[in-house]
Amino acid sequence: MRTQARPMGGPLLTRSYVVLLGLAALAFIIIVWRFAAGLGPTTALSDGYPWGVWIAFDVVTGTALACGGYAMALLVYIFNKGKYHPLVRPAILTSALGYSIAGLSVMIDIGRPWNAWKLPIQVWKWNVNSALLEVALCIMAYCVVLYLELVPALLEKYKGEKTTIGRIADRVLPLFDKALIFIVAFGILLPTMHQSSLGSLMMLTGPKLHPLWFSPLLPLLFLVGCVMMGFAIVVFEATFSAKAFGHKPETPMLRNLAKLSAWFSALFVIIRVVDLGVRGSLGYAFTLDTYGVMFWIETLLFLAPLLILYTKTKHYSLGNIFRQAMLLAFAGALYRFDTYLVAFNPGPGYHYFPAVPELLVTIGLVAGEIAIYIFVVKKFPIVGGELPAHA
Amino acid sequence: MTTDRRSLLKGFAAAAATMTVVSTPAAARERKKAPSDAVGLLYDATKCVGCKACVVKCKEINALQADRRADKLYDAPEGLNEYTKNVIQLARDGGEESYVKKQCMHCVDPACVGACMLGALQKGQFGIVKYDVERCVGCRYCQMACPFNVPKFEWTSRAPKIIKCELCKERLAEGKQPGCTEVCPRKAVIFGKYDELLAEAHQRLSAEPQKYVPKVYGEHDLGGTQVLYLSHIPFESLGFRFSGERAVPDVQQTVQHGIYKGFAGPVALYALLGAVMFRNRKKGADE
Repeated sequence: MRTQARPMGGPLLTRSYVVLLGLAALAFIIIVWRFAAGLGPTTALSDGYPWGVWIAFDVVTGTALACGGYAMALLVYIFNKGKYHPLVRPAILTSALGYSIAGLSVMIDIGRPWNAWKLPIQVWKWNVNSALLEVALCIMAYCVVLYLELVPALLEKYKGEKTTIGRIADRVLPLFDKALIFIVAFGILLPTMHQSSLGSLMMLTGPKLHPLWFSPLLPLLFLVGCVMMGFAIVVFEATFSAKAFGHKPETPMLRNLAKLSAWFSALFVIIRVVDLGVRGSLGYAFTLDTYGVMFWIETLLFLAPLLILYTKTKHYSLGNIFRQAMLLAFAGALYRFDTYLVAFNPGPGYHYFPAVPELLVTIGLVAGEIAIYIFVVKKFPIVGGELPAHA
Repeated sequence: MTTDRRSLLKGFAAAAATMTVVSTPAAARERKKAPSDAVGLLYDATKCVGCKACVVKCKEINALQADRRADKLYDAPEGLNEYTKNVIQLARDGGEESYVKKQCMHCVDPACVGACMLGALQKGQFGIVKYDVERCVGCRYCQMACPFNVPKFEWTSRAPKIIKCELCKERLAEGKQPGCTEVCPRKAVIFGKYDELLAEAHQRLSAEPQKYVPKVYGEHDLGGTQVLYLSHIPFESLGFRFSGERAVPDVQQTVQHGIYKGFAGPVALYALLGAVMFRNRKKGADE
């Protein structure tokens, strides 16, 4: 293996780790309360704003932030950039965890979760017009694919051991090597479908969605946005984990990924502005209301990283790369959040600002995700150490 | 590195171009018509005296509890909600007042039906938009989609349902009319076959043009609705935010059908991805 991934080791129960576990435990208690009392008392949701942060952030934004696995799979397997392989495993792990959080959030958010099993099973009831059905099925399938992609990393540790799990590892790992192409192809197809459909979803809110966000190109914008966010988050994560676990960051690679991410942000802005122009909706951008202002904040956030890229070419340091990646991830997140909440206007009389329990659940789930990530990275070969000399 | 990036960008550009071509809608979706057996309501705001007999009857028939949250005295819903499938509201337009009745519009091309994952909401007999709780996961996409904010959710229930008017479909099966039209003392709301109601509405408009805004709301709006309205004040003031002929699901379904027609797009993409990876594996990694 060229990846030379190894368990990071080190003590697990640090003080910050205990804080993460505490936040996750708090979320768990609130989730129990939500199922006992219903969604009304525990959230700020209403008939006008039936979707709140659990959907707009945990699912719609969270899965895009979890597109590192998708973006890296595209780069390494389709565009055949094998040298980026060391960044694939950590990206797949965050994707798996991010998508799991999204799935969990959906189960907390929907009113009748005991009917959810019918979605993949009762095929004859499928409404093939429903973009949400497509998203739901694709996300379920993609979770399975992500964990399949992780199996080798988890099993490698036991390879050659004379235990039961060691023998299983010896038997299963070669099979995975053979099946990899088929699994990875799904790992690219499924996000292409559901990430674009997350955009299509909001087309059905029609006139309730502000014209600066409503567009027949929503699926394309969401797709380009998620690839951009995927690369940005890989950079963010690799820089962060290099700091946290004290190994050398893969700076030249991260620099290229950051640039790639910035090019996607440029593509995004071009598509969006041209589309608005063609459909004659660009005028709304120059209306000084919440929508016009949010549009400009988004657009500037998308463009700022390009500015960094051009002005700092000489000093394109790790710090600059990191800041740029953060900006892009934030830009993409804000665009999605706005599309689902800020630009959605159900009419007079309805207001939404997330309730404290809602926020605590979201915070706790993310804390739990980070805790599991740290555990897995410390115990299993996910993150690469030094770069191989020949790369 | 530069050539490297260039080839990469070329690849992404090609992929994006392919996707744009694929997602370009082939042809606009056909406009839907009300089914031949369609029934509906015609509400004439000029006749309504706001007695709320229809509200009471609706609650009785649908076994909905009184909503005492507003005044703690008697049933006083502030609008459609989880206890209220039909409501009378007072609307104002400058100095002029009008009552307005709100319930499900039974759209000809309903956004909620397009949204619903397992078909819990479907257009059934007579074109009524009906609800089947067994198919509902409580995702509330119907609420996001409905341009009239009609579907309501039982926020305080552990087993919440979607609450909306189903035009008393059980009573229709018994040969009766809906509760609201049966009790209306002024015949401000009447029940009938959709075509006949539409003709009646136009007849009223031409008989007394000075009395009405010259339009039947719902005839064309948002793809058409099986509940039709006549009014003496502008329809926006009655609370109808949106008009225009295009049905809400139109744009989305045109785009989605363009991308997913026959599921050929995804299958082709999967095959392409597999083929590229197979070639890459044979060739070995670039560097």
